[in-house]
Amino acid sequence: MDKPFNNKAWFLVLPVFILVAISAIIPLMTVVNYSVQDTFGNNQFFWAGTEWFVEVLHSQRFWDAFLKNIAFSATILVIEIPLGIVIALSMPKRGIWVPFCLVLMSLPLLIPWNVVGTIWQVFGRADIGLLGYFLDWLGISYNYATNAVDAWITIIIMDVWHWTSLVVLLSYAGLVSIPEAYYQAARIDGASKWKVFRYIQLPKMNRVLLIAVLLRFMDSFMVYTEPFVLTGGGPGNSTTFLSIDLVKMAIGQFDLGPAAAMSLVYFLVVLLVSWVFFTVMTNLDADAPEKGVQD
Amino acid sequence: MSNTSLMSGSNTPTKLNFKWVTPTLYIVFLLLPIYWLVNMSFKTNQEILSTFTLFPDNPTLHNYAVILTDPSWYNGYINSMIYVALNTVITLSVALPAAYAFSRYRFLGDKHLFFWLLTNRMAPPAVFALPFFQLYSSFGLIDTHIAVALAHCLFSVPLAVWILEGFMSGIPKEIDETAYIDGYSFPKFFVKIFMPLASSGIGVTAFFCFMFSWVELLLARTLTVTDAKPITATMTRTVSASGLDWGVLAAAGVLTIIPGALVIYFVRNYIAKGFALGRV
Repeated sequence: MDKPFNNKAWFLVLPVFILVAISAIIPLMTVVNYSVQDTFGNNQFFWAGTEWFVEVLHSQRFWDAFLKNIAFSATILVIEIPLGIVIALSMPKRGIWVPFCLVLMSLPLLIPWNVVGTIWQVFGRADIGLLGYFLDWLGISYNYATNAVDAWITIIIMDVWHWTSLVVLLSYAGLVSIPEAYYQAARIDGASKWKVFRYIQLPKMNRVLLIAVLLRFMDSFMVYTEPFVLTGGGPGNSTTFLSIDLVKMAIGQFDLGPAAAMSLVYFLVVLLVSWVFFTVMTNLDADAPEKGVQD
Repeated sequence: MSNTSLMSGSNTPTKLNFKWVTPTLYIVFLLLPIYWLVNMSFKTNQEILSTFTLFPDNPTLHNYAVILTDPSWYNGYINSMIYVALNTVITLSVALPAAYAFSRYRFLGDKHLFFWLLTNRMAPPAVFALPFFQLYSSFGLIDTHIAVALAHCLFSVPLAVWILEGFMSGIPKEIDETAYIDGYSFPKFFVKIFMPLASSGIGVTAFFCFMFSWVELLLARTLTVTDAKPITATMTRTVSASGLDWGVLAAAGVLTIIPGALVIYFVRNYIAKGFALGRV
């Protein structure tokens, strides 16, 4: 890196700093404030110390939601990453079908998240939805509103539908950057398809795949809108993820203390993952001096 | 779609190529739910609930007419458009100089600042919903477009800075140096020379600001009551009320997909880079 050191650059960054500080630090401080105080109404607050944190970390409700989040993120990663790679590998590299594929595949990424929920809510209903009707016709009993397993399957398929294209697009971007000469060399050596994948394509993709894994993990970890619209956290509490629980607690029941403590724990987890992401990114940037030149 | 086989077949004429099957199946999987939504939006409620038809028997524009004539529906679109536009303008105007600074200079705390920006992109909106509500209440900004626009800046500004930094790092530094030697002042250089060079990056960033603000529901819903209520919130409230006007709901959904679908063609080559925060 041959960037000159110049503190005047701060003037250029200042507007961003002020704007984000107002919209991030003040709210965060509010949360910290609530997390250490108790209230009996009337805007009277009392110091509560770490009481709420202890309560949250010992509550079954928090750990249930937390485990659901982990299970959800793990499941969608296991499905979306390999599926995305397979689809990216079989996409045409050039020709008129490339823009066609790219545009159609990006479509779900650009649909408002609650509309994604609505689409699947309708699609899965046995009375008016194509999927529900079809399953019903096959004799499979399926109802995401009353059966927890069905609700989970629907949410996972919905997420696969919504986000696999992100993995496809990223892998594809990695694949098309591989020079044709690599493949020619492999052909001369008589390398099998698997060997080409293992030693040429995968190493070239691992940068983008890391990004894909981290982004998908983080976004799925804070999933809110789609399951909220589809099931509202039900049936029972079976799809109540951390975000849904948190919003219910903070805005529905106005349990500010526990909600704030939970927010902070939640935020710390995200912070940790962001740090991993950032470290990976900066290392990758350092490894790839030609960054930004290709596309 | 069957033409795909002809295309891939022509690359390797000696043997049949079935590579096109996977993407085709995947695209069909993606399009089926969307097709169903579009299909429903052209049906009457009676047809939706009483019969099961793959295509509308009597295609009707009634559902769209309801949305385009009822202020409580179409105002939702107008509100969304307003705060999304505000958000995009605010974001770009602060993010452009900042991204330039990150891509060209080292300065005190630059790495920490860059990381801190990222944490905001990754922060769960659920954490911020309540404090935002209280912050904007105390300024009397609840139910205004600017409140939602500013709240969305929390995600869009970091996103914009990261994407723009990615694009700007690809522009050779020699251009800056030459311009300064030629006597350009910084603002003049930035607007006249640098911004045109980074125009594809700026376009993509604007697209992503637009998109992320357009798809977000939680904050937009929390911060608005009626006057600035976005279309996405209008939709969820209709679902929760017992109205269940499926046809209108479907039509509203289709109309929210259209803006993205219209511009997607122009950003198709950069969309991966945008989603990866400018790092592909």
